[in-house]
Amino acid sequence: MAAEPSTNDTPWLVADAEPLIRIKGVSKKFGDFTAVNNVNLDIYQGELFCLLGGSGCGKTTLLRMLAGFETPTSGQIIIDGVDMSDVPPYERPTNMMFQSYALFPHMSVEKNVAFGLKQDKVPKDEIAERVHNILKLVELEDFKARKPQQLSGGQRQRVALARALVKEPKVLLLDEPLAALDKKLREQTQFELANIQEEVGVTFVVVTHDQEEAMTLSTRIAVMDKGEFQQIGTPTEIYEFPDNRFVADFIGSANIVEGKVVENDADHVLVSTDLGDIYIDHGQPTTKGSRVWVAIRPEKIQLSKEAPKKAAPNQIAGKVDDIGYLGGMSIYLVRLENGEIVDVTTPNLLRPKNKSQGITWEDDVYLSWEPSSAMLLNK
Amino acid sequence: MYNNRSKFLTLMLTLGMIFFYVPILMLIIYSFNYSRIVPVWGGWSVRWYEVLFKSEEVWNAVVLSLQIGVINATFATILGTLAGLAMVRFGRFKGRTLFGGMLVAPLVMPEVITGLSLLVMFITLKQLIGWPAERGFTTITIAHITFSLAYVAVIVQARLTGMGETLEEAALDLGAKPFRVLTFITLPRLAPGMAAGWLLAFTLSLDDLVISSFVTGPGANTLPILIFSRIRTGLRPDINALATIIILFVAACVAIAALIMFQQQRRARRDEQIASQGTL
Repeated sequence: MAAEPSTNDTPWLVADAEPLIRIKGVSKKFGDFTAVNNVNLDIYQGELFCLLGGSGCGKTTLLRMLAGFETPTSGQIIIDGVDMSDVPPYERPTNMMFQSYALFPHMSVEKNVAFGLKQDKVPKDEIAERVHNILKLVELEDFKARKPQQLSGGQRQRVALARALVKEPKVLLLDEPLAALDKKLREQTQFELANIQEEVGVTFVVVTHDQEEAMTLSTRIAVMDKGEFQQIGTPTEIYEFPDNRFVADFIGSANIVEGKVVENDADHVLVSTDLGDIYIDHGQPTTKGSRVWVAIRPEKIQLSKEAPKKAAPNQIAGKVDDIGYLGGMSIYLVRLENGEIVDVTTPNLLRPKNKSQGITWEDDVYLSWEPSSAMLLNK
Repeated sequence: MYNNRSKFLTLMLTLGMIFFYVPILMLIIYSFNYSRIVPVWGGWSVRWYEVLFKSEEVWNAVVLSLQIGVINATFATILGTLAGLAMVRFGRFKGRTLFGGMLVAPLVMPEVITGLSLLVMFITLKQLIGWPAERGFTTITIAHITFSLAYVAVIVQARLTGMGETLEEAALDLGAKPFRVLTFITLPRLAPGMAAGWLLAFTLSLDDLVISSFVTGPGANTLPILIFSRIRTGLRPDINALATIIILFVAACVAIAALIMFQQQRRARRDEQIASQGTL
């Protein structure tokens, strides 16, 4: 997997690439409530695209519009060059994997998977072969005679995936595909899902509220809130270069402080905040004197018991208010002199020699961060 | 705290059971009474069963009631299911509220009113188009379907709402056209509800006296009409015998239903076990 990133992996950067799905100015209103508000999005062949957002953000409504279960109030959805406005769900080149899996309880696993092919009047022996192959892919050949209620949660999830994939859709829509599984199984399954996607090469559009799931699975993520896209980008872009406070706060955690731009030069920006002066060592699209926000990820702050040798920006003193020990890492809540609380996470790299080593409650500590670590947000 | 069942609760249970079942028990016992006068015990005998089996009048009534019951239940189930589907699965259409209200109206309408209005309708129809020429089998069946379908529609609506739409959406998504979704997904899932509706419609029809009395004509006596008219002329023990047979038949049906339900539960438990044994 150490291949050089090629244009094949990032089709959205290719200037004249034709997107597989075009969502153009789509809105959906339910009475007075606007579920999806004038969104535009291009998704390319082979992507594993995640719609990420909290409940009620409109992500599922958007997915259901792609599947054809909801009609946009305005706007247009084009899949593979065909306008989907008047195409009913049963004629769309999409298949959906439902959050509840929606397996037919009165049919065996095999019949469930074969259902879609039968509707298309595929010849019998071809159905048998394709069902066999797809059940092999999801490792359920031995369970084909069982009814869905005789399967475990993980097996049901794979039947649902197989049933949607066997029709070889141009786009596979997945509604919270892993939400019903327990944590351990979910972690394992999300890699399986990504592998299967790579194997079959079908474009996946995944709806999820779980940012970890979105980060591990996707080529790109659209972060949604109140029916609008807050940011669309790769997992790294979304995490390290958030467009606004909502994204910075929603993805991972961040210490966000309000401030005022004191210096704005081509090679650096200085912002005056409650955390002292924050120096950012690269130019930013902002203006001097404007009100901005600065976000710093907890893991990008260094925590030390020793005072820094000389005063400089990007450092501040505080007292440990609380510690959350997670095993692999620890979360420290540090109270500054002005009462602000800053989150710091530190990996527990060394095994302590005795049980009372390290930083503990009420210790005086010093926080510092690299000049490249702070993220400046204009809104 | 209820492990140690208090004497009061046991007493209440016993009284309740007595209240429910002693009259039925009395009826069964007195069906084997030799005496012609119902409340007077004259020793054990099956003579009233013999009288019953020879009575053409009673058997005609039984056959008529069963015929009406089956036809009524079948049509009420078909129409009620369609009405339920329209209410739950067709979204908002013009006049939906009015339709829904009219659908449940027979449930709350006093039977006398329903019976009277149906009678008036049949008379008017006869004057206008000459059909139905005489009241009897046809008019009773039509009247029964009219109120039974409301019950079926209510059951079907509840079942459809409980089922949710996800499975149907999944079938649509997999390429099934709406009619195939109805036949392969919705109806099989709805079958228990429809069966319950059929049975309820059948029972309602078998049981109905008021509406039947309004719309019946000469010679068409359903079982309830017959029994009721016999009461006016004095009770005869052969009716007790008939009632006993009906009670035994109903009890057998209930027992079979309980057995089926028990087996379904056992199967569900077994499925759960199989599922939990499977890896992943």
